[in-house]
Amino acid sequence: MSLNITDVEKVARLARLAMTPQEMQAAQVQLSNIFGLIAEMQAVDTSGIAPMSHSQELSQRLREDVVTETNQREAFQSIAPQVEDGLYLVPQVIE
Amino acid sequence: MQWEIVIGLEVHTQLSTNTKIFSGASTAFGAEPNTQADAVSIALPGVLPVLNKGAVERAIKFGLATGAHISKRSVFARKNYFYPDLPKGYQISQFDLPVVGQGALTIQVEPLVGNAQPYEKTVRITRAHLEEDAGKSVHGNSQGVTGIDLNRAGTPLLEIVSEPDMSSAAEAVAYAKTLHSLVRWIGICDGNMQEGSFRCDVNVSVRKPGEPLGTRREIKNLNSFKFMHQAIDYEVQWQIDTIENGGKIQQATVLFNPETGETRSMRSKEDAHDYRYFPDPDLLPLEISTEWIDQVRQTIPELPQAKINRYVNELGLSTYDASILTASVETAVFFETVLTAVPTDPKVGANWIIGEVNAQLNRDGLEMSQCPISAHQLGGMLKRISDGTISNSGAKEVFRTLWSEGGDADAIIAAKGLKQVSDVAAIESLVADIISANAEKVAEYRSGKDKLFGFFVGLAMKASKGKANPAQLNDILKKKLDG
Repeated sequence: MSLNITDVEKVARLARLAMTPQEMQAAQVQLSNIFGLIAEMQAVDTSGIAPMSHSQELSQRLREDVVTETNQREAFQSIAPQVEDGLYLVPQVIE
Repeated sequence: MQWEIVIGLEVHTQLSTNTKIFSGASTAFGAEPNTQADAVSIALPGVLPVLNKGAVERAIKFGLATGAHISKRSVFARKNYFYPDLPKGYQISQFDLPVVGQGALTIQVEPLVGNAQPYEKTVRITRAHLEEDAGKSVHGNSQGVTGIDLNRAGTPLLEIVSEPDMSSAAEAVAYAKTLHSLVRWIGICDGNMQEGSFRCDVNVSVRKPGEPLGTRREIKNLNSFKFMHQAIDYEVQWQIDTIENGGKIQQATVLFNPETGETRSMRSKEDAHDYRYFPDPDLLPLEISTEWIDQVRQTIPELPQAKINRYVNELGLSTYDASILTASVETAVFFETVLTAVPTDPKVGANWIIGEVNAQLNRDGLEMSQCPISAHQLGGMLKRISDGTISNSGAKEVFRTLWSEGGDADAIIAAKGLKQVSDVAAIESLVADIISANAEKVAEYRSGKDKLFGFFVGLAMKASKGKANPAQLNDILKKKLDG
């Protein structure tokens, strides 16, 4: 399977990446190569093997439900581009 | 033309943990903006999520309470979308391996139209999965900007998805109310709808009987049962009108406007639903042992449906009364406490709670948890009804006093002289007086004017200052008049 340029445009838009036509073309080749790799993997006979959702055969360690974090708003907001009344400001979003 | 309505619900319940689902930041409501937004909540680069045991425990509890399969192994996935209140650019959720599998919820439906009888229905629950909440956008502070408060970001949610098993607004509301009561009952969610702890998305479609499912529209973020009812009614009518006028339903997300009573399509971008789910590499699979499930099972109280069955089978109440008494955990506890005062007469307790107590709570706009009369106070009064100390009308007066002034039934009965006369001799002499003083009327009665009986009851009651035991009075009066 290979991607056409429309697919690349869509993926770029979903990822909010601004790309030039040249970059799109380069990405089309790279992404198609990745699909090639996936196709190769999918050709392997995996019947009888349980699917994995993670590369390590481990399970999640859990955290006790106890507050451990303190208020560090001032430190975090010192690197934010714009704040007001404790809020982070972003360009207006209309619902 | 007959139309069939098909409704399914997705309910987001905010779990009552102390901390967020993937970090140790507090989830307390109402804090100053961003003071509970830690490095994980604001998605600083390099941070890693660590799952909260309390959130998983609550999910297990819900699964057990709905007879669902608890997955021994479940997986967290990334749901990708761009919005400023989601600083990572993805929400951690669950996709193909949720923690809770298929379950069911039995509901009591009270139809709101005509004289239809209440009935029972079982709604299948498709799944319930754990996920994190997003932050909050604050509009209108300054021109051209939106404020972001990330205190809510990372708050644990259990999203409960039903099958499209409901076929009217009444059923959808009954399901939502039953679910709301259940999550509070088992203590996994505070159920505060104003604060957004219980938010409902309703999928609605219509079809002709026997035809395949119609295209659905999703009404988002309903946070009141009243609005849910109005929104579904409006939406159903809109879809029927659209189709009957030759139109087609487009799949869409709509919002309900409580001011106009209308649902309206949100502007949606074409890629809005391209979430590109994939397993979150930051989180290993969640494993839940049988021992853990058994431990959680021990903490589940007797559930509403089990109580309903017990009230019906052991106490002889109707299913309808039993369902009202189990509408909330507070009401059930109240009823069972009252029952300890009058264990032989469950019906009197049920009647007073469903009747006077509920009516008075409604009138005063109070919840059961704010009831000014305690179950012990009401129980004390009911004891005096069942041992014949006071009549029903005397009880109503005691009840009013308990409600407005508090105190204790026995003291009120003594202070107001409400003790009814159950002394046969006293009533007999009173009746004898009346008969001799009203010879003419007695003659009329004896010649067949039965209606006059009420007149004598009235006189006797008045003579006893309302204190005569009504049943005894009736008996004695009848005997003397007929004799």
